Amino acid sequence: MSTSTELRVDRSAQALGSTLAQKLIARAAAQSHVNVGDVLTCQVDLAMFHDSSGPRRLKPMLDDIGAQIWDRNKVVLVLDHYVPARDADAEKIIRITRDVAKEWQLPHVIDSEGICHVVLPERGHLRPGHFCVGGDSHSPTGGAFGTYMFGIGATEMLGVVATGEIWVQVPQTLRMVWQGALQKGVCAKDMMLHMIGKFGMNGGNYQAVEFAGDTVRGLSMQERMTLSNMSAEMGAQVGLIAADSTTREYLKSVGVSPADIEQCDYFETDDTAECQRFDFDASQLSPQVAAPHSPENTKAVAEFAHIKPSVAYIGACTGAKLVDLRAAAEVLKGRKVAPGVQLMVAPASARDQAQAQREGVMQILTDAGASVLPNACGACAGYGGTFEEGATVISSTARNFQGRMGPASVQVYLASPATVAASALTGHISDVREVLA
Amino acid sequence: MTQGAAEFHKVWRVGANIDTDALAPGAYMKHGIEVIAAHCLEVHRPDFAAGVKPGDVLVAGPNFGIGSSREQAAGALKQLGISAVVAPSYSGLFFRNAFNLGLLLLTCPEAETLQENARVQLDLKDIPVVKTAQGQILTCHSVPSFLMDMVSAGGLVNVLKQRMAANAVSTLS
Repeated sequence: MSTSTELRVDRSAQALGSTLAQKLIARAAAQSHVNVGDVLTCQVDLAMFHDSSGPRRLKPMLDDIGAQIWDRNKVVLVLDHYVPARDADAEKIIRITRDVAKEWQLPHVIDSEGICHVVLPERGHLRPGHFCVGGDSHSPTGGAFGTYMFGIGATEMLGVVATGEIWVQVPQTLRMVWQGALQKGVCAKDMMLHMIGKFGMNGGNYQAVEFAGDTVRGLSMQERMTLSNMSAEMGAQVGLIAADSTTREYLKSVGVSPADIEQCDYFETDDTAECQRFDFDASQLSPQVAAPHSPENTKAVAEFAHIKPSVAYIGACTGAKLVDLRAAAEVLKGRKVAPGVQLMVAPASARDQAQAQREGVMQILTDAGASVLPNACGACAGYGGTFEEGATVISSTARNFQGRMGPASVQVYLASPATVAASALTGHISDVREVLA
Repeated sequence: MTQGAAEFHKVWRVGANIDTDALAPGAYMKHGIEVIAAHCLEVHRPDFAAGVKPGDVLVAGPNFGIGSSREQAAGALKQLGISAVVAPSYSGLFFRNAFNLGLLLLTCPEAETLQENARVQLDLKDIPVVKTAQGQILTCHSVPSFLMDMVSAGGLVNVLKQRMAANAVSTLS
């Protein structure tokens, strides 16, 4: 931690303490202390965009206003939404994206190697203390690293790439404190579906959600990412988790240098900070399922035992990371999916898939009958390759809006990767705890 | 603002939790805004895109615009000529996108009392109000002046253009 930051934080803590969100914004706005409700201009440490929100939209506008990218080293471009191309339109979008990347001489381009929210930290781009924006609504995923990261649209991204700045209103903090041990088979996705069910799709009211407590401290980085990721489905601007030794270990594992790790700002919410606190007992949580057509239609898995999915989908930044693939494999090891169920697995990144391959996880999944899809957003984005008319789907993704993943008749149930696997195995929506017992 | 308080706007009604995927369906995201706009809200109101006229107002329930960051959700409404959306609450991400594209959003706790086909006036003073032809007056939350300026300018692109031009002038002088 840099000395100057320590001084800044200590001073701000003297009066009423600050939340993690306030400290992150104060740093980005070069203020000693910020108050909830203040509207401030922040300096952006990193801007991420993808093939849909990025070059095809940004270049014409950037040319139109006659501006240049403020700092190309702070930009990461990921091709994940339209890859692999399904038609001529997608091909054109990909071609434009690659051409513009060359023209702009972008040093950080991740092409067809996974979903932006997963490959960004995987390549060491996310640092605790930083202030980042992403051209995608699941950008709060970055909050798992103690980073203030949120999603913006393409025009607002134009403002960022032209100026390096963006305005933000300092949010209140809703602090979700989880204590206790999760039962076997219950995971971060279940925690998040439970919270979305409790607070609703806009319950976060564009404020900051912070996840804390022993349970959260005990989660791996990728599980933490699942919490932060679905803060979007709570309508929060960000979903923050204070960086700690787990974060440092992750950064080390992806090749961030010890010096760089030390230089990060490891902020935490002060005990005296004002926030709304909500307490949860992790040991009481059962696997959760969200019924069509909203992530807030969440109930315990037992309510859905009569539902017989025709498709079981393990995909997306939310639910197909290495940790998710492992969870599915634990359920499916040595078993086959039920007749009439199509299991699809779209690993969230090429690196995660390669590691899953080395561990035998991919073999278990394919032996169980899974077809393996490309490392891309796939059916989750609904941009192509969606499910067929009348399909009933159990999915580890983030959103089950009507019409998102196929025709309006498609019924999508959201659940954890473990629950998706358990349901594929039995042929009806099932309690993974019973399958693992 | 371009809308005078005297002008009447026809109301189109939709419900709560209208998501971005309904406003800008994913299957059409590879196309330009004209195509996306033609399918705007079709999952809820197949009559909307074809029937809406420039100047009309869209009135919705709470949590309008939840979901994706795709600004085409706001862009489609702008493309169709919607002069304002009136709803009790919005997704924060959609809220930013709308103003960045010059689309006015009015946060109106009583929005849902407005009926389909009602005719309303928008009075955009410090505390904006929506007035019905029957004399009902609904108070909206105030819109920060920098966001009203964004609507007046026609969106962030124009604001940035003005800023770039001003910078160029100051560099020259």
